[in-house]
Amino acid sequence: MIFPDEPAIGLPFAILPGHSSGGRLERVLRAGEFAVTSELAPPDSANADDVYQRARVFDGYVDAINATDGSGANCHMSSVAVCALLARVGYAPIMQISCRDKNRIAIQGDILGAAAMGVCNMLSLSGDGVQAGDHPQSKPVFDLDSLSLLEIARSMRDESRFQSGRKLTLAPKVFLGAAENPTVPPLEHRALRLAKKIAAGAQFIQTQYVYDLERMATFMRSVEDLGLFGKVFILMGVGPFKTAKGAEWMRNNVPGMHVPDALIKRLAGASDQALEGRNICIELMQQAREMKGISGVHVMAYRQEESVADMVDRSGILKGRVPWYPTRDQISERNA
Amino acid sequence: MYSVRLWSIRRARSWNQFYNGLEALLVRAAPLLRAIGYQRLERPFAFVERQVKGLLFDCKMCGQCVLSSTGMSCPMNCPKNIRNGPCGGVRANGHCEVKPEMRCVWVEGFAGATRIKGGLDKIKVVQAPVDRRLEGRSSWLRVVREKTDPVVAEVKK
Repeated sequence: MIFPDEPAIGLPFAILPGHSSGGRLERVLRAGEFAVTSELAPPDSANADDVYQRARVFDGYVDAINATDGSGANCHMSSVAVCALLARVGYAPIMQISCRDKNRIAIQGDILGAAAMGVCNMLSLSGDGVQAGDHPQSKPVFDLDSLSLLEIARSMRDESRFQSGRKLTLAPKVFLGAAENPTVPPLEHRALRLAKKIAAGAQFIQTQYVYDLERMATFMRSVEDLGLFGKVFILMGVGPFKTAKGAEWMRNNVPGMHVPDALIKRLAGASDQALEGRNICIELMQQAREMKGISGVHVMAYRQEESVADMVDRSGILKGRVPWYPTRDQISERNA
Repeated sequence: MYSVRLWSIRRARSWNQFYNGLEALLVRAAPLLRAIGYQRLERPFAFVERQVKGLLFDCKMCGQCVLSSTGMSCPMNCPKNIRNGPCGGVRANGHCEVKPEMRCVWVEGFAGATRIKGGLDKIKVVQAPVDRRLEGRSSWLRVVREKTDPVVAEVKK
């Protein structure tokens, strides 16, 4: 997908009226397209090529790429750096910011720095507890929470000031996102929390993995009842399981995972479990596309990133649209 | 104490009413408190507050109490100190991701808020990040000063 005013590679778009960033993701969503985002696992190396290799597998199938920020409380290359590298060659990175590792001084500095390097999307997260990761002996910071971080980022952007009140000479023009988990307790109040996130400044939401569409539908009904349709872009989180055992392990060990028994049974009964896992993911994407109020999907395929393009392709959710990617000029548009 | 904390949240409505009464009393006593001097009262007030709220709510003395807005469930007991919870890691049984033996502070908070009249409206308000300078200080005195001293109220804004 190419906009008429495509900027030179590595530079942001002009900010249209009603937009808050010069980013591609906001352009795609506000144009009413069904967006696809995915997640890049930052490398355990100091090699920029590792980042580019990991991004390339999504070429032509995703509109924006999340760079995780020490996800699962494991140490990797920083999300600021990954995003800066991606932005440099024209990708639309979504910089995840976790409140676990940095206080408000460090986070506000990162927001400015990342925006200066061309990062247009930021996603505010509380972060997994340090007990979940490879450095359980470290000090959890949690100076802010995901909502107060959103408020601070928004006032940096809209009021040109730090939390302290000190003025910025140039505000970071960023599109602000947050996460929500529609499938874990307190189920009846999850939509209310979403409303709080929107009030704090969230413009797009990427949900946790959703494997229970009934819970998702209930959540979306509450979202509609609260009058939130049209106030935020919701991208439903999906991902493939490799095996039934893996699904069960994730259910028991990854915080916030809700996987219905029926789904694990279906996986266990399949002759090719990995294929079945991808099929389930494809079905979820297709159903998300049909669900009222959902603006896209966020595909999280940790250690199976190469499967994302194929799943998006087979699902048909892009309806022939080819998201921008750095070498797109060399390949003609795909036909639906 | 954990069990007392849960008991207190089950009685969120009563405790909230009790606090409202206490606050009204303190506001009325403001001229007297001012005459004695807030500085002088700070330590005894903080001491009492620590004992009472520590027993009832496992209060951590953040110095900017929001119990009335969080269903009488103290958010500083959340291992992530989330003032606008719950996070996405809540377990299927409503327990905490970080401390599996503990009920999620925010699952409890929402339950408490439904027991308080107007509680869900208050829990909807986005709480500002903690001002770490206030840790260990009396919330009660601060509230009285904000409500009765125009200068303090102005500074807060």
